[in-house]
Amino acid sequence: MSTTTVPYGDTLDVSKTPGIPLSRLVRVELRKMIDTKAGMWLLVAIGAITAIASIIFGFVGHDQDRNFGDFLGFAGTPQGFLLPVLGILLVTQEWGQRTGMVTFTLVPHRGRVLGAKVLAMSVLAAAAIVLSFVVALVTTVIFGGSNRWSDFTPIDILKISVGQFTGTAQGFSFGLLLLASAGAIVTYFVLPQVITILVNVIPSLTDKAGWLDFKTAQGNLFTFGEGNLSGKEWSQLLVTGAFWVLLPFVIGVWRVLRTEVK
Amino acid sequence: MIKFEGVTKTYGEFTAVDNVSFVAKPGRVTGFLGPNGAGKSTSMRIMVGLTPPDRGTSTIGGLKYADIPNPGRHVGVLLDASAQHAGRTGREVLMLSALTMGLPEARVEEMLALVGLSESEAKRRVKNYSLGMRQRLGLANALIGDPSVLILDEPANGLDPAGIHWMRSLLRHFAERGGTVLLSSHLLHEVEMIADEMVLIGRGKIVAEGTKAELLQTAGTFVKAEDLTKLHAALERAGIKASPSGDGGMRTESDPIDVGRIAAAEAIVLSELRPAEGAGLEELFLELTGDHARENVDFEGAMA
Repeated sequence: MSTTTVPYGDTLDVSKTPGIPLSRLVRVELRKMIDTKAGMWLLVAIGAITAIASIIFGFVGHDQDRNFGDFLGFAGTPQGFLLPVLGILLVTQEWGQRTGMVTFTLVPHRGRVLGAKVLAMSVLAAAAIVLSFVVALVTTVIFGGSNRWSDFTPIDILKISVGQFTGTAQGFSFGLLLLASAGAIVTYFVLPQVITILVNVIPSLTDKAGWLDFKTAQGNLFTFGEGNLSGKEWSQLLVTGAFWVLLPFVIGVWRVLRTEVK
Repeated sequence: MIKFEGVTKTYGEFTAVDNVSFVAKPGRVTGFLGPNGAGKSTSMRIMVGLTPPDRGTSTIGGLKYADIPNPGRHVGVLLDASAQHAGRTGREVLMLSALTMGLPEARVEEMLALVGLSESEAKRRVKNYSLGMRQRLGLANALIGDPSVLILDEPANGLDPAGIHWMRSLLRHFAERGGTVLLSSHLLHEVEMIADEMVLIGRGKIVAEGTKAELLQTAGTFVKAEDLTKLHAALERAGIKASPSGDGGMRTESDPIDVGRIAAAEAIVLSELRPAEGAGLEELFLELTGDHARENVDFEGAMA
């Protein structure tokens, strides 16, 4: 306790209180990802599975497959699955665990809190992408086949980065939309599969799959050595991304800004 | 100072908070008293901007809550001690608040010491905390920013008598330094112990407010007689309404001297005759809580 003896009046003197900078909120959100058992183990799992998958592939993969692109694919897959879950938990814990009552009281501008969460997720996604490159580089040097550096061009770096970012963003959006961990995680894993199956079994949809299914459109990002995506493929990514990532995000933000925190 | 002016909040047909106005003054501990479901928590959520009111305004120190920069440094809030991530340690909960407010880590240790959470307790995860420990952690979280206003929803819930006594002196010191304290409770004796001022709320409306002394002092008489029926009839004839109260007595609105005169005139033997101290508040509170009696029982049962 402070030993202030200045009596407080009827009005608050806020002239000496600076606001909370966004950078501080981002640090808080990054900390929230790792300070719970669920968050910490998720990160440990991402690191461990990434390393183990790459090493196993290094031992059992065919000579012609053991190139940088394939190692990168192995390093990136577990992250692609698990990073979105972290994004979901970062949002839903404020409702499921009801920490929002403290978070939104300390920062009564919910938009800023969401902004900090988006930035924190971006920092983490970027770190994860760098990690997958490092792992792929090391495993290629150690286990690489005779043609280890073939089939990979600098544009592939952009492609895999976009792929990982959009995947994480989709998880985050589903979390915002549903505000419940279990529901958001299940929906995130099941719904895209259902859509993929649907567009593949309904003949009239199949040739339009790229325009309807985000996973199909995203798939082009993870094939390496074939240069840039075509204009049409980028457009498909944009269209499906707007529907499957941006739309849930916008509805979710609207919901968070309006909903009562209990 | 917390100021609530004409605040109304409805949920469909149900009016949770109905045109409520009151002030919690600096230097005073104000008790917000009412049964569960009376609108206390909704009012408190409106104060800190978690729930938007349909009508009316709420200000703290003349400012809307959302306009207070770094509000944790000015207003300490504990709305629900259980609203913490079960997987975080107690220490980490305070660390996140300190980090958000831009406070040094040392402040976390100070607060843990203040509320009496030991080092090993602070390292445990919140899911392993008793309700009393959660309340202490919540109080530490409210105090960490060294605020001048405290808003506490049922802070004594789950505390043992020693804990309530501890909290009383803590809040008293806080108010003596000029701070504003608003705390809610559904238990009259709890508020009587801690608060200087009281605001009684029932079904969304303010039903009484004032200092503890004002509210406890009521006009009226408590009387016991050898023949209560005879006295009752005599009082009726004199135009004084009397109703049964306590064990084998009656309460009237008139002064003890009038009741005494009537009894003397009718030669009725009295065994007790005194001003009805405090009975007004207690009865008002019982009347308010009557409809919610079962809810109270369930609530206590769930907390046990």
